[in-house]
Amino acid sequence: MPDVIDTLAGIAPGSPLDAVRAQRPQARLHAQASYDSLFAPLSEADATKPERFAIACFVAGLHGRPEMEAFYGSGLAAAGASTALQAAIGAAVTAARVEGPYGHYPKGPLSAEDKAGPVHRIAAPTRDALGRRLAAAFEHAHMLVFHPRDSAPTYLQALLDAGWSTTGVVVISQLVAFLSYQIRVVAGLRVLNARPA
Amino acid sequence: MTDKVLSPPNHVEPLVFTRDQLDWLPWLEPMAEQDLTARHMAGLVDAARAKSPYFRLLARDPEVLEARTRTDKDIFYNPEAGLPRAERELAAAATSRYNGCIYCASVHVRFAATYSKRVDDVDHLLAEGVGVNLDARWNAIVAASVALTSTPIAFGPEHIDGLRKVGLDEASIVDVINAASFFNWANRLMLSLGEPAAAGKG
Repeated sequence: MPDVIDTLAGIAPGSPLDAVRAQRPQARLHAQASYDSLFAPLSEADATKPERFAIACFVAGLHGRPEMEAFYGSGLAAAGASTALQAAIGAAVTAARVEGPYGHYPKGPLSAEDKAGPVHRIAAPTRDALGRRLAAAFEHAHMLVFHPRDSAPTYLQALLDAGWSTTGVVVISQLVAFLSYQIRVVAGLRVLNARPA
Repeated sequence: MTDKVLSPPNHVEPLVFTRDQLDWLPWLEPMAEQDLTARHMAGLVDAARAKSPYFRLLARDPEVLEARTRTDKDIFYNPEAGLPRAERELAAAATSRYNGCIYCASVHVRFAATYSKRVDDVDHLLAEGVGVNLDARWNAIVAASVALTSTPIAFGPEHIDGLRKVGLDEASIVDVINAASFFNWANRLMLSLGEPAAAGKG
């Protein structure tokens, strides 16, 4: 598969940015390997491919990045997701978009920097269409994307209660955290690519 | 279903950003050291990481851990061209300060201070946050990291221009993008899978 970051950032082989990217060959190779391991995993026992792509579509949507939504939307369709699921993800995104990072610090001097914001709950009709596991994963993903400093064991318990294993929670966490990286690298490189020196 | 969250033992929670060495306590069961197979050890990359509960928790998905670790090392440790190490660490520290990851900030301000020798500037970043006034070059790196860390992403051509104005070439700008983006990955794992604790105070 061609390098996902280069493709989505519009970096053509032989271009000046291609040469700059080549100076960090391990980072380039292993960002791609991270993508491959998350979306073509050796085992789907703890998180299936459609679940992984559904979470990616939601996270891409929360960032409001059309290039990422299109890319993961194609992946979700190729993984065999129903049109009903695709519509439910769209509805979930529309209801969930805010601005981050916000959240609370431990009580003390940093409390002056607390920034209020919503704890997102997926509304009933969308929740039913997503199913229990994905609805819980999306609520967790919303926290990770917008207010990660509010993290607490109760968030992880909610995932376990919805049927995710401990390893599955690690996979969801890596997935959302990796996407937070990949989406930003692509966004940054696109800006740079459009602004030659 | 048998999986459950862990209750960390009694510890002292850090209440401010600090350069001190911190511990990290997991909220989910890491793999036991004796259960680590060759596949998991490959995921850990450095054998010494088998002692770390953070890395043994992430070793539950060893392929992703290995790829993540090798990405991390090249972004920060590759000495070829680009941004000096101190300023890659500054981007990581500013990102962590803005997202609110006390643990990650502590590690990467120590690196930034070690490589730059600018301990006071680093302490100002911790105490005042990302709006701090350091110098033109560091301000531009902090501003670019913060814009890239915001959701929606606020990074634009003005940040590229700002980095060029203080002397960054293309490779250095890509290093800022890589370092700040990577810490949006790292912060979310460290913040959401466990919590920091003052070292050696239980």
